[in-house]
Amino acid sequence: MENHPTEGPSRVSRRSFVGYVIGGATLIAAADLGLAPSAAQAVPIPSVPQVPELYDLNDFLSHCAMPTSNLIAIEVDEKGHAHFALPRMEVGQGITTAVSMLIAEELDLPVDHVHVTLAPARPELLFNQLTGGSNTIISMYTPVRVAAAIARKALLEAAAILLGGTVAQLVSKGGVISAPDGSSVTYGEAAAKAAKPTTEKVEVELKETSQHAVVGKPHRRVDAREAVTGKKKFAMDLDVPDALPTMVCRAPELNGTAVEIKNKGDVETMPGVTHVAIIPTGVAVRAKTFGQCIDAVRALDVTWNSGTVTTMSAKDIRAELKAGQIPLAVPKIGATSVEGEFTFHFRSGSALEPNCAVADVREGKATIWGGLKSPITAQEKIAAALGLLPTDVKVNVVQGGGSFGRKLFFDAALEAAHASKAFGAPVKLMWHRADEPRQGRVHPMAVSRVRATVLAGSVLTFEQRHASVATDFTHGLGERLTAEAAALPTGLSNLTFSESIFLLATEMPYNFGVVTQLLNEPKPAVDRFNTSSVRNIYSPDVATASELMVDQLAKKLKQDPVAFRRRYLKSDVVKRVLDRAAELGDWGRSMPAGTAQGIAIHKEYKGATAVLVEIDCRPETVNREVRDAVTGPRITKALVVADVGLVINPAGVKAQMMGGFSDGMCQALTYSNHLVGGQFLEASWDNSAYTRQWNTPFEFECEVMESHGSQPGGVGEAGVAASMAAVACAYARATGEMPTEFPINFHEPLHFEPKSFIPSVPESPTDGLAYTF
Amino acid sequence: MPSHTFQLNGETVTVDVEDDVRILWVLRDVLGVTGPKYGCGINVCKACTSHINGKAFNPCSVKVADIDADDEITTIEGLADTAPGDGLHPMQEAWLEHDVAQCGYCQPGQIMTAVALVNKVRKEGRAITEADLDTIRNVCRCGTYSRIREAIKTGQDAMARGL
Repeated sequence: MENHPTEGPSRVSRRSFVGYVIGGATLIAAADLGLAPSAAQAVPIPSVPQVPELYDLNDFLSHCAMPTSNLIAIEVDEKGHAHFALPRMEVGQGITTAVSMLIAEELDLPVDHVHVTLAPARPELLFNQLTGGSNTIISMYTPVRVAAAIARKALLEAAAILLGGTVAQLVSKGGVISAPDGSSVTYGEAAAKAAKPTTEKVEVELKETSQHAVVGKPHRRVDAREAVTGKKKFAMDLDVPDALPTMVCRAPELNGTAVEIKNKGDVETMPGVTHVAIIPTGVAVRAKTFGQCIDAVRALDVTWNSGTVTTMSAKDIRAELKAGQIPLAVPKIGATSVEGEFTFHFRSGSALEPNCAVADVREGKATIWGGLKSPITAQEKIAAALGLLPTDVKVNVVQGGGSFGRKLFFDAALEAAHASKAFGAPVKLMWHRADEPRQGRVHPMAVSRVRATVLAGSVLTFEQRHASVATDFTHGLGERLTAEAAALPTGLSNLTFSESIFLLATEMPYNFGVVTQLLNEPKPAVDRFNTSSVRNIYSPDVATASELMVDQLAKKLKQDPVAFRRRYLKSDVVKRVLDRAAELGDWGRSMPAGTAQGIAIHKEYKGATAVLVEIDCRPETVNREVRDAVTGPRITKALVVADVGLVINPAGVKAQMMGGFSDGMCQALTYSNHLVGGQFLEASWDNSAYTRQWNTPFEFECEVMESHGSQPGGVGEAGVAASMAAVACAYARATGEMPTEFPINFHEPLHFEPKSFIPSVPESPTDGLAYTF
Repeated sequence: MPSHTFQLNGETVTVDVEDDVRILWVLRDVLGVTGPKYGCGINVCKACTSHINGKAFNPCSVKVADIDADDEITTIEGLADTAPGDGLHPMQEAWLEHDVAQCGYCQPGQIMTAVALVNKVRKEGRAITEADLDTIRNVCRCGTYSRIREAIKTGQDAMARGL
């Protein structure tokens, strides 16, 4: 195998690319996604540790997209506006904005003349319709620009005929093409003329980065105005005729199933209720309003089967993980070894928008509307569940209210399809919030063990063994072939997939001699717990364990944590972000007792992040009271410095880092699911202590460094790992005790009274007017 | 079927729905007003925050029967009309200036809370403090909390100037 970049067939020279003008009545310019990144093409996956230095998860995802990606197309309409149906899903991460900017740049159009929508499931795209791994911009960067450049070229050629003269004399700007004599045509006028009767192959050059006027400058989200006026439509806001509210009554135990409804007739006659039926995940109820669904779910008397983890609690899972851990290779050698074992508890991957979807399954056809990051797999699996052909199932992708890995799966869409089929009527199915932490997908619990050896002032070995509850990757890479392979019996195939993902994502960026980081999943079956690739997958936990140990090593060698990291770091990119964070954050400044700084780095997604925080662990802060809330130590200041390669939208990158920080901080301090007797206790946002305003730092700063990279990196997940690790390191420095269990408050007395499991959802209060302000 | 009348975003509306249906579902499922979002249904996440007679409230936790015909409910869709001029409400403008929204799901509720909080502290004759911002209970799972804090300060200044 070669290990140097190879040129794809559509690539003519470094800046020249080939695409198509598609034959038809309007101007449609297309490019092949085989034009995906050149960085690590054709590098084999080496069977040596620390693969990501050469070839990481994003190269893998980009390569999976390459051979089958077919065409993505930009259409220019009679008004001169550009339209592009993005085969990815927007869940708040800002890809519609970034892609709009790329098209605007190459087409010389104002950004608000570019309209990016989300493509429905396109089975012909095979691998290339999965939104995950922070890969969208990495894989879309080149093909989107090529298609836009082809559209611009076609418009210029049409304008040359309309205006007379040659293309070289024309100037395109802001959607208008001008000739030297002052005459001009709009893109709209040129577009009709630019349409071709048959498909033609076209060669174009892309703009140099130095010519960019839009890309690299902060740009407001393209849907910001819709968001602040309440006009932005999510799946549950769609007006699908006769699709009435539907909710599911779920079993008291995790993944329990319904045997019999004892009072079906009574519930069917409740106000507003139209249908009641058993579906594979519980009992579905359809009613005129969701409020009446809630009342009906509460009234249902159901006989349930047991769940999949009856009687087990977090401590049992911890014991199971410890027992199944891969042994460390280097023996413990007295005073020269530094060791740590860290437990990471389950945490809900839930977004604020609950799992939800609209389905209309009637007369052998199905139509689905939902926030789906793997719509092709959803289409295949829903078709199979309904006994239909995939071609009879239309899957429409709707913008999502957050994802964090949740929407890689299509749980609600499948339930909606089952319910609609059972009722013979369209449904608008939504999970109750209580079901989200209890029955929804979680980040798997894990135990990470680290042993490092120090001799003569140097680190000789660093071994990490990460034992995890199985992460469900059975969405595969977005289409049936890989999804089926990951879903083979006993989960063995999924384990291979998990190990591949871990191998491709995990990188220890220090020169610590012999370094090994290994994952195993002692019980690989994925149908016991409901898990998914929660934002940044394994990295936040792996990095928290390893960065805490790096601080321990620095301490043992009597070195400052920043100086120690700088000395051992392999990568200049990481050193730059570390140095900048230390400088901006005034590392080492004098802090009162009970408060401290903490710093951590992470390298992934073709970039690097350094996070510096200041924590206040003094009793007056820790014990501050907020009603029905978790307070505890407070991060007073947070600084994220990131190098994410070529930046499309700095504002979007900073937003993702802020969000990543919010995730990382609460995962270190407050956010978890308590597994007790086969049930997760949390059932509300006041139970699950995700970051709230009373936990938010008073100061947050993010600097996106000028990058040496010529290709964009991934930003959606890049902020989480170093944030979680930095908070953990700061806590250790402030309290003098290295935390070994996350979140650190896991064993404190519960701050809430667990809600009932039967009924499975709480009643809506009626005293709201007592809380106005 | 009982009939209920109230004022919604400056117009009188009448709906035929059972007495105990919470306002959120009357707005969303009966009237098709979808700006207020569902996030919990138990007055915790605050995604549905709207105003009743100028004060923040959570329609997921109020029965339609408990609303009178002259009660004024304002949702995010009607907020701009409560401010002078033809444009957006100054708090919405502040949200745009700080590019607060990510997925946007919680933001209608965040903005309605922000406006009510600014009005509340103004009536107390003072400006928003960090402690006031800490009392906001609205969940943002995208973690935009720091931008929300900044935008509220900007929106407060604009509201004080009567924009």
